[in-house]
Amino acid sequence: MTGGARPHPPVLEVEDPGPLATVQDLGRSGYGHLGVPPSGAADAASLRLANRLLGNPEAAAGIEFTLGGGRLRPETPTWVALCGAVLPVTAGGRPAAMNTPIRVQGSLELGTPQAGLRTYLAVRGGIAAERVLGSAATDVLSGLGPEPLRAGAAVPLGPADDLGTMPVTVAPVAPLAAEPVLRLLPGPREDWLAENARATLHGGTYTVAPDSDRVGLRLEGPPLPRREGELPSEGLVTGAMQVPPDGRPILFLTDHPTTGGYPAVAVLADRDLRVAAQLRPGAPVRFRLQVSAHQVGRRRSAGSARLGGV
Amino acid sequence: MKLRPAGDRALLAEVDDLQTVHRLHATLRRAGLAGLVEAVPAARTVLVVVDPDRLDLGWLAAELPTWPLADAEPAEPADTGAAAAGGTLDVPVVYDGQDLPEVARLTGVPAEEIVRRHTAAEHTVAFLGFAPGFGYILGSDPALEIPRRAAPRTAVPAGSVGLAGPYTGIYPRASPGGWLLIGRTAVGTWDPDRDPPALLRPGLRVRFRAVSSP
Repeated sequence: MTGGARPHPPVLEVEDPGPLATVQDLGRSGYGHLGVPPSGAADAASLRLANRLLGNPEAAAGIEFTLGGGRLRPETPTWVALCGAVLPVTAGGRPAAMNTPIRVQGSLELGTPQAGLRTYLAVRGGIAAERVLGSAATDVLSGLGPEPLRAGAAVPLGPADDLGTMPVTVAPVAPLAAEPVLRLLPGPREDWLAENARATLHGGTYTVAPDSDRVGLRLEGPPLPRREGELPSEGLVTGAMQVPPDGRPILFLTDHPTTGGYPAVAVLADRDLRVAAQLRPGAPVRFRLQVSAHQVGRRRSAGSARLGGV
Repeated sequence: MKLRPAGDRALLAEVDDLQTVHRLHATLRRAGLAGLVEAVPAARTVLVVVDPDRLDLGWLAAELPTWPLADAEPAEPADTGAAAAGGTLDVPVVYDGQDLPEVARLTGVPAEEIVRRHTAAEHTVAFLGFAPGFGYILGSDPALEIPRRAAPRTAVPAGSVGLAGPYTGIYPRASPGGWLLIGRTAVGTWDPDRDPPALLRPGLRVRFRAVSSP
């Protein structure tokens, strides 16, 4: 950035947001007891990487593009980086690469990814959107945070003057698996699964339903038989797999409701959240049930509680 | 207390009653644990979410059952402009909800009597969930307990007061909802610019009062 006083913060013009573009950071924490979802980038690992490539704090706000398609124009030459679902990038009329810092002068155009769903744009200095409860993230369930970006939106950028040098020139990222197998840990209500449901879950192939979104993946496939009856509402975590009475599981992402009355029979292993966040409607997915690290070697002592068994 | 697993960064503590939920929630909030991200109370449980780089879940699982439980936090209603007496939030309600006849039918209690019982009962906020600021308010009158609506509405206006099971809820904003609507209130339960942003909190006592206009 050039020196001297600016009349206003630099701005990134959104000429076309593509199918859905939202401001995301690492979300809101500490307000779950008030009914506030954590929100934040569904594939947080990709946002973090994009930020690191630019020397930003990992939690700096960026833009989450769903199925690519955006066209943006920074007011002044600006460093950006794109991570997540791989798509064709054109910067200033020339092809550019993902997973590396790009100097953009003129327009930045995103194509459509062939695989994956969400691509993260980080800007050096971060997106300076207004924060609600400590975060600039758009929460599509509760409506907190900024509105999804519309054509013509002018997104303010943060200052880049105090950032260090950009440490990395390119970050190799493994491609997404064609048929991912997501690792599930025991959930708090694993005992609500019928015995044969476990085998179904472990062996079945599911498909991501069209009404999946940032709230969660709705899964089509073999229904999971479960105990009948109702469960008093209880807290839910990101990655929880909830089974409604019809047996069709829901895998919650970051805009999940904070409580729910259907049993959470399993929880996605943390490191597979980024894989789940990249599954597009129609994509196949399988699951593998794992034992939690905390289950191993637990002591059983009289009168003390212990983690529920596998 | 029974602890149930909830993934790499959380566990679910299940206890016997709502008062213990509130005491456990207060205990966790006062413990000053670095790496405690969330403590989400609900009907019979507290979900504890940690940052595993700062707080070891296995350690917490071993420690938590040994802690003496604090008294539940006394709940002071935030300033709303509405009258508050002795720590009880006053909620004026126009009892003209479109589901009042249905509630009367399901409970066998006539509509006027429903209003009398609802305003006479003692209510306590059990927990928040479903949406920011949405409190599940437990009522003391078992005659008003009802099942959830079979066909949820697509749009319930903000300020709507509804019943489901043993709870009363006040919708903080227009949203889909499955509760039986008995009235409406002008009391705002959610304002992100207010501190705290939610008007309701677990343990807060609530009294509903019939008015002719909101």
